[in-house]
Amino acid sequence: MYVAVKGGESAILNSYELLAAERRGDPDVPELTLAQIRQQMRLAVDRVMGEGSLYDEDLAALALKQAAGDQVEAIFLLRAYRTTLPRFGYSVPIDTARMALRRRISATFKDLPGGQVLGPTYDYTQRLLDFSLADTADAPTPPRVDEPLPATSPRVTDLLGEEGMIEAERPAAGDPAPTDLSREPLRFPANRATRLQNLARGDEGYLLALGYSTQRGYANSHPFAGEIRMGEVPLEIIPEELGFAITIGQITLTECQMINQFAGSSDVPPQFTRGYGLAFGESERKSMGMALVDRALRAQELGEEITSPAQQAEFVLSHTDNVEASGFVQHLKLPHYVDFQSELELLRKMRASSAKVGAGDTAIPGVQPSAEREEA
Amino acid sequence: MNALPGYNFAYLDEQTKRMIRRALLKAVAIPGYQVPFGSREMPLPYGWGTGGIQVTASILGQEDVLKVIDQGSDDTTNAVNIRRFFNRTAGMATTDRTEEASIIQTRHRIPEKPLNENQILVFQVPLPEPMTRLEPREAVTRKLHALADYGLMHVKLYEDIARYGHIATTYDYPVLVNGRYLMAPSPIPKFDNPKLHMSPALQLFGAGREKRVYAIPPWTRVESLDFEDHPFSIQRWQQPCALCDAEDSFLDEVVLDGGGRMFVCSDSDYCQTRQAAGHTGSENTPTEVSA
Repeated sequence: MYVAVKGGESAILNSYELLAAERRGDPDVPELTLAQIRQQMRLAVDRVMGEGSLYDEDLAALALKQAAGDQVEAIFLLRAYRTTLPRFGYSVPIDTARMALRRRISATFKDLPGGQVLGPTYDYTQRLLDFSLADTADAPTPPRVDEPLPATSPRVTDLLGEEGMIEAERPAAGDPAPTDLSREPLRFPANRATRLQNLARGDEGYLLALGYSTQRGYANSHPFAGEIRMGEVPLEIIPEELGFAITIGQITLTECQMINQFAGSSDVPPQFTRGYGLAFGESERKSMGMALVDRALRAQELGEEITSPAQQAEFVLSHTDNVEASGFVQHLKLPHYVDFQSELELLRKMRASSAKVGAGDTAIPGVQPSAEREEA
Repeated sequence: MNALPGYNFAYLDEQTKRMIRRALLKAVAIPGYQVPFGSREMPLPYGWGTGGIQVTASILGQEDVLKVIDQGSDDTTNAVNIRRFFNRTAGMATTDRTEEASIIQTRHRIPEKPLNENQILVFQVPLPEPMTRLEPREAVTRKLHALADYGLMHVKLYEDIARYGHIATTYDYPVLVNGRYLMAPSPIPKFDNPKLHMSPALQLFGAGREKRVYAIPPWTRVESLDFEDHPFSIQRWQQPCALCDAEDSFLDEVVLDGGGRMFVCSDSDYCQTRQAAGHTGSENTPTEVSA
């Protein structure tokens, strides 16, 4: 006697409890607090905020704790929460020239107004495992300089722009309101504002790999890191009842301006072009990958031949979102009995007919005599 | 009603539901046409029914009775999970019985019992574009739909016949809706395609990840693509269901502990209703019938 599988609901509820126990781990080890995650896993928090499209360090820390450190799962948790939030308004465009810099480097000029600021970076740490961190230690005291950094530092691209050496960046004709991809579906062809929005929410690993591919010849890219800056930017809104901008807080951002060669065309003299990357928090790898991909996606606009994956907007933009990708790849875990049965039935029929043509009465593994047949 | 505190009825806020209903109205007005909509991030993963869930959430009222099936069964974990989601967020009645449901959300099947004009069938759709495997660029497929240029699909089906002697598509078999739009019926087996045709029930399709909805209004012509000399045909089994003896249902193959195989209805409600009515198959006797 055969009984169909039942009890899905109790199995699901049991899986919740198993998961909670696995997440907590050994109860003799003290439980992580959100403050610890936020303070000591801050780069993980930054990534979750960026790809989760919600700037909230506490919620991102909570998501990371709930996801046991799985970043894509944490991003998913934050996104699903974000959907339910009311939208009060849109901010005034931020001005990264007003950023309170904690790091600012240029690979194109040795020195420049505002100076090079190395800041907190893993770049020159030599990547030796620091075994002293295996034990808790006293908090280090950060070095300080006596002279504060200037309140505003011009962007390298602005310096080049004064000379006309780099393309000017102007709003599109009529300065149309940008698409809000969290409210409207992505449509093709997508303008640059929409593409950048998509990339900003995109998976860091994916943008890194695509950006990397452009350096290895899969797109005509000759980038210089014109400037990377990281620090705090004030966020302003204009409440309808006031009619002027007020600051509602500040957010940490990493901005990357890539400078790329451009041979010029019949209308445009040779000049440098831009690739742009911007990410929440300290996300240098992400913003650099994003800037490379942004530049590659401008191929059509700049009249360059489209030969490589990173230049194909529909390919790139349709696959950036790791919440979508993770869901669809993993939906293969769901039952597909019905479709599989249909394929099995077809395959048996095809094998039976090819065997008939070939070896005559050879037995075909997996085929039951007259189990099924298709009627015309 | 005991909906989840802190969340709106059926999870989505009313403005979002209205936006989705507007898209659905357009979809009903243009049968088979894919309408883009502002698909939201749902608390269930993309690819697991987020489109169907958003459609269901936006049409669901407190008086509705919901049935959720996956692979024809109410008991598969994904169906259980989606039913639980609506139980938690909307607190409305649910059922396993096809005839009791006012809304049926489904993945990969259409119930065997004929539907009526008071019912809405909501399909979960992974890939709404029927030509996506032939032409992945949406900018191109949109143009082909606008021109009703479906040669690409006909050539694919023709090449199947040239290579294998028959059309080698067994599920998500392309259909032409109301003589105009080529449509992916979602990965239902082609066995279910005839049920799409002139259905008294409204049929809605939601693709969350791809951000599209489409519809087949009641009593609409739905033809499965074929050729005059290779007419469309559906799967048939030589033996009936081993549990309820049905000869007209889609059968799942089950591998038994001893290594043998048996074939049973994929539609669990259909099978159980028949068993309760006294039908028995080769694998059970009246005393062993379990509900």
